[in-house]
Amino acid sequence: MMGMAAWLEAVLFWGLGVVAVAAGVAVFRTDSMARATYALALSFVAVGAQVLMLSLDYVGVVTVLMMVMEMAVMAVYMVMFMGMNPALMPMSMVHSKKTALGVAAGTFVALAAGALLVPWPERRGAPAVDLTASLGEAVMGSKMLVMLVVSPVLFATIVSALVLANPRGRYHRLGDDLRRRPADDPQRGGVGR
Amino acid sequence: MPDVVEVSPLWAVPAALLVVLVAAWAACLDAGTGPGAVPGFTAPGREVARLLRQRRRTTLAADRLLWRLGGGGLLVAALLMVAVVPLGRWTLSDLGVGVVWFNAMDVLVWALVWMAGWGPNSAHALVGGYRFLAQALAYELPLMFALTAPAVAAGSLRVGDVVAAQQDLWFVVWMPVAFVVFCGCVVAFSVRGPFSSPTGADVAGGVLAEVSGVDRLLLLAGRYALLVAGSAFAVAAFLGGGAGPWLPGWLWSLLKTVALVSVLVAVRGRFPLLRPDRLVELGWVVVLPLTLLQLLVVSIVAVAG
Repeated sequence: MMGMAAWLEAVLFWGLGVVAVAAGVAVFRTDSMARATYALALSFVAVGAQVLMLSLDYVGVVTVLMMVMEMAVMAVYMVMFMGMNPALMPMSMVHSKKTALGVAAGTFVALAAGALLVPWPERRGAPAVDLTASLGEAVMGSKMLVMLVVSPVLFATIVSALVLANPRGRYHRLGDDLRRRPADDPQRGGVGR
Repeated sequence: MPDVVEVSPLWAVPAALLVVLVAAWAACLDAGTGPGAVPGFTAPGREVARLLRQRRRTTLAADRLLWRLGGGGLLVAALLMVAVVPLGRWTLSDLGVGVVWFNAMDVLVWALVWMAGWGPNSAHALVGGYRFLAQALAYELPLMFALTAPAVAAGSLRVGDVVAAQQDLWFVVWMPVAFVVFCGCVVAFSVRGPFSSPTGADVAGGVLAEVSGVDRLLLLAGRYALLVAGSAFAVAAFLGGGAGPWLPGWLWSLLKTVALVSVLVAVRGRFPLLRPDRLVELGWVVVLPLTLLQLLVVSIVAVAG
């Protein structure tokens, strides 16, 4: 027999799972990019809350933080790169339907089969007292060398992608001899440059 | 001072009432002292009565769902912030990652203000919503690093530990830059004063352009509540929480919060409006390096001390 608290917890956990899946479905059912964006955010928030219920506080809260911010920034990209604001007009949220359906169904079957068929091991040992600290140790302790290698590569990728995407370089801003002061910017900055 | 203790979740109701009460104080002070002041402190009360009776204005093809979520959500975000802020030695939730929780809740404001701007299907409101996003990009990084400083000094993301670490010396004394930046960011995420261009008169009220009746009341109350929640967190993170002589801890927490809210309301009219399109450079070229330097000093002290 489960206690009352455990029973409530199970209901809440499954309820969050239903919210996550339903919001995920809503992403493709709605005809508005704004609603699709925030349906996806809701899906991730529900997953974040589930992770929180697994006592992985840091990962759960950071999931909520990152995903909500990501969706808000997506709204900025909508006007920056799409030439119009697609949120403003109804549009279908699906394309390449057959491929997408095939890939989605295949991924779901593979993951679900894995979850059901893998012989899950019994827990050995007990969870650490401070899970956030032990997560930090796990990521930054023995894996520090990997992190030190990966971060410059990631950073260089971001910088080169920006350099390739940027329509105006330093010669546009500072002239052929790079001596023009102040720089010629279409949008002046807040510190008077 | 003893460590903070978690109280029954039922105390969330009085806590919410307390936030609304301090928010009402901020609104009264705002109406009575700011630019365009009305004599006496009754204007907000009359405005609440008016808005409660006002009919909702409807706009063509409005996205009601997102509009209502955005308008009502600000108050909810503020209350969720307060859930991890101790009042004296009582707290609703002494979450192990309380500082990150506060940060996540202030990121919710990004989505909510944009939704409130997008919902009515009105150009002015939409411009307001996008102005807020531009502003949020400028203030969020300084805010995150300002929040990191007390957490590094305390060696913990738990708000209770951050308060306990200030037993000898309040963090505001040796991390003044982080404190000032944090207070500025609180004003920014409550869309007030120099950061109020998303609701600016030049775009007919922006996010507030079309919203009326009880929705408008919730949106305006949410802004004040965010100011209160941010100030309450600043008290716990920088001003020693409930520490103080003679009076009980909870009263000190409350008094400090009311004082900080009053200061943040009073300085509103002393700064010019900041244009959101220029704010990013100011935020990232001036404020962010200052905050990082502050964090460096704090980290060195934390490691050496």
